Amino acid sequence: MSERRSLLFGVMGEFSTPEDLLAATKKSREAGYKHIEAYTPFPIEGLSDAVGFRGFRSNLVALLTLMGGVGGGLAGFGLQYWVAGIAYPLNIGGRPLNSWPAFIPVTFELTVLGASIFAVFGMLALNKLPQPYHPVFNVERFSQASTDKFFLCIEARDPKFDLAETSKFLQSLHAQHVNEVKDEE
Amino acid sequence: MSVTQNLPPGHEPEPWLEPGHTYASVTDKIASVVLTRPLGIGWLAGFALAFGIVMVLNLAIGWLIIQGVGIWGINVPIGWGFAIVNFVWWIGIGHAGTLISAILYLLNQKWRTSINRFAEAMTLFAVACAGLFPLIHTGRPWMAYYMFPYPSTMGVWPQFRSPLIWDVFAVSTYGTVSLMFWFVGLLPDLATLRDRAKSRWQQVIFGMLSMGWRGSARHWHRYQVAYLLLAGLATPLVLSVHTVVSFDFATGIVPGWHTTIFPPYFVAGAIYSGFAMVLTLAIPLRKAYGLEGFITLRHLEQMAKVMLATGLIVAYGYFIEFFMAYYSGNKFDVFLAQQRLHGPYAPFYYALILCNILTPQLLWFKKVRRNIPALFVMSLIINTGMWLERFVIVVISLTRDFMPSAWGRYSATVWDYATFVGTLGLFTMLIFLFVRGLPAIAISEMRELVHQESHGDEGHQ
Repeated sequence: MSERRSLLFGVMGEFSTPEDLLAATKKSREAGYKHIEAYTPFPIEGLSDAVGFRGFRSNLVALLTLMGGVGGGLAGFGLQYWVAGIAYPLNIGGRPLNSWPAFIPVTFELTVLGASIFAVFGMLALNKLPQPYHPVFNVERFSQASTDKFFLCIEARDPKFDLAETSKFLQSLHAQHVNEVKDEE
Repeated sequence: MSVTQNLPPGHEPEPWLEPGHTYASVTDKIASVVLTRPLGIGWLAGFALAFGIVMVLNLAIGWLIIQGVGIWGINVPIGWGFAIVNFVWWIGIGHAGTLISAILYLLNQKWRTSINRFAEAMTLFAVACAGLFPLIHTGRPWMAYYMFPYPSTMGVWPQFRSPLIWDVFAVSTYGTVSLMFWFVGLLPDLATLRDRAKSRWQQVIFGMLSMGWRGSARHWHRYQVAYLLLAGLATPLVLSVHTVVSFDFATGIVPGWHTTIFPPYFVAGAIYSGFAMVLTLAIPLRKAYGLEGFITLRHLEQMAKVMLATGLIVAYGYFIEFFMAYYSGNKFDVFLAQQRLHGPYAPFYYALILCNILTPQLLWFKKVRRNIPALFVMSLIINTGMWLERFVIVVISLTRDFMPSAWGRYSATVWDYATFVGTLGLFTMLIFLFVRGLPAIAISEMRELVHQESHGDEGHQ
C-alpha cells in the first residue's frame, strides 16, 4: 500500500514479562503521557488502572448489566401480567388472574437473559468490537501479543508525544523492541 | 501467603499444571491441535461413525414427521416415555459445563481452568440434544412457535401458570446464556488462533470470529467485568433450570412426582451426571491429544470427589422419596414405592440403585479416584444410572397411578431407540468437530495459570 499516505499512530514498546510492562506503564503515566494503551495475552491485575482507565467509565458494563436485568425482569412480569390478566383472562374456579407466584420462574429467567445479553453485547459495544482493522496490527511483532509478549503503545495524539523523544523514553524503560505504529488512510 | 509454605516437605499439593510450562508452550500445545495437527485415522473413523449415527437420527425424525408420534411406544396412560426421559437426561448432562464455568469461577477454583472450555461445549451440545426431544414430542415441531408469546390472529396466549411454559423459558434462556458465556470465553483464544494461523482460510475465519480482539488493557477490563457478571448470573440460572424441569413433575398430582424434594434432588442429579459426562470426554481427550499435562490426574480426582458428593445427595433423595411415601401415609404413594421394588419395572429400579448409589461408593478410595480406567467405567455407569432414574420416575409413576382400570404398560419401540441413539451420535459428532475446530482448553486462562503458578499464588484450595 505504498501509494497510500501513512500516518503515525504511535510508538510501541515490547516487553517480555507482565511485571516489566506494568512498571513501564506506570512510569509512562508518571512521565505525563495520557494516551497510552497496553496489550497483553491475558488480563493483568492493575494494568487498566495504570493506563488510566478508571472511575465511572470503567464500570459501564456493570451498569448496563443492571439495566438489562431490571428491564428483562420488568418486561417478563409485565408480559405475564398482561397476558394472564388482560389479553387472555381465564377464570379457573375464581382464582385470581394476577397469580404472581406462578409468574416468578419466567420473570427470573428473563431477568437473567436481559442482564446477560446486556453484559455481553455491552462489553462488545464499549470495546468497539467487531473492529477488524486497528493500526496496532500493522506492527509485525504484534502477533505475539496473543501469545507471550506484552506491549505498551504511546499514541501520537498525546500532547507530549514526539517520535524521537518517546521512542527514546520507551527504550529507557527497557523495552526489547520499539516500533513505530503506522496508520493507513 | 502461600499454602505450600505451611506444609512439611514432600506434602505440597500437586500442581494443577505440569511444571515447566511457559506462556508460549501452553499456547503452542493447545493451538496446534486446531491449526497444524493433521486429521488422524482415529478422528476420521470416530467422526464417520458418529456421522452415520446422525443419519439414523435423521431417519427416525423423518419417519416421525411422516407418521406422527404413534411410531413411539407412548400411549395412554404413558404419554411421556423416552422423549421426556431423554430430555431430562440430556439437560442434566448439560449442567456441568456452566457449573464448572460459573460456580467454580466464583469460588476461585483453579482446577476449572483446564476443563471449563470443553465442559461448556459439552453443555451446549447436550442442551441441543435435550431441546430436540420436547420439540419432536409435540408431533408437529413446525408449530413449536406456539409456545412463545406472540400476537397471533387466534388471540390465544401461552398459559404462564404452566411449568411446561416455564420450561420453554428456562431451557431457551439457559441455551442462550451458555452460548454467550462460551463465546465470550473463546474471544481471546480466537484472536490467538488468528495470529498463529498459517493458511489463508484459517486467518479469515478466525479473524472474523475474533472480531478484532487485540487484548488491550481496556478491553480486558471490560471483558473481566462482563465475564464475572455472567458467572454470577449463570450460577442461579444453572440451579433454576433443573429446578424448573423438576416442576414439570412436582406440580403434577401423580404419585412419585408430587414431592417437594424434587428440585434439589434433580439439580444434584444433574451435576452428578454432568460431571460423569465430563470425565467420559476428558479421559479420551487428554490421551488422544497429549493433554495430560493440563488435565492432570488431580483434576480427574477432583471431579470424582464432586461425583461422590452429588451422588450422596441423590442417594438421600431416593431415601426421602421412600420415607415420605410411608410417613405421609398416602396409600397411592405407598403403593408406588412398592411398585418400584416389586412391580413390573423393578429390575430398572435395582439397576438404578446399583449404578447410582452402590458403585460410586468405590470413589471413597483414593486408589479408585486415581485409577483412570476405573473412573472411565464409573462415569459410564453413572450416566446409565441417571438415565434409569429418569425412566423410573417417568414410566413407573405413569403406568400405575390411581385407578387400576387406567393402568398400562410401556415398552419402547425401535424408533424410540433410534432417536435416543441418534442424539448420542449427534452429541459425539459435535464433540469431534469441536475438538478440532476450536481450542478445547481456554488458552488465555492457561497463560494466566502459568503466571499464577510461577508467582507462587496458590489461590484458594
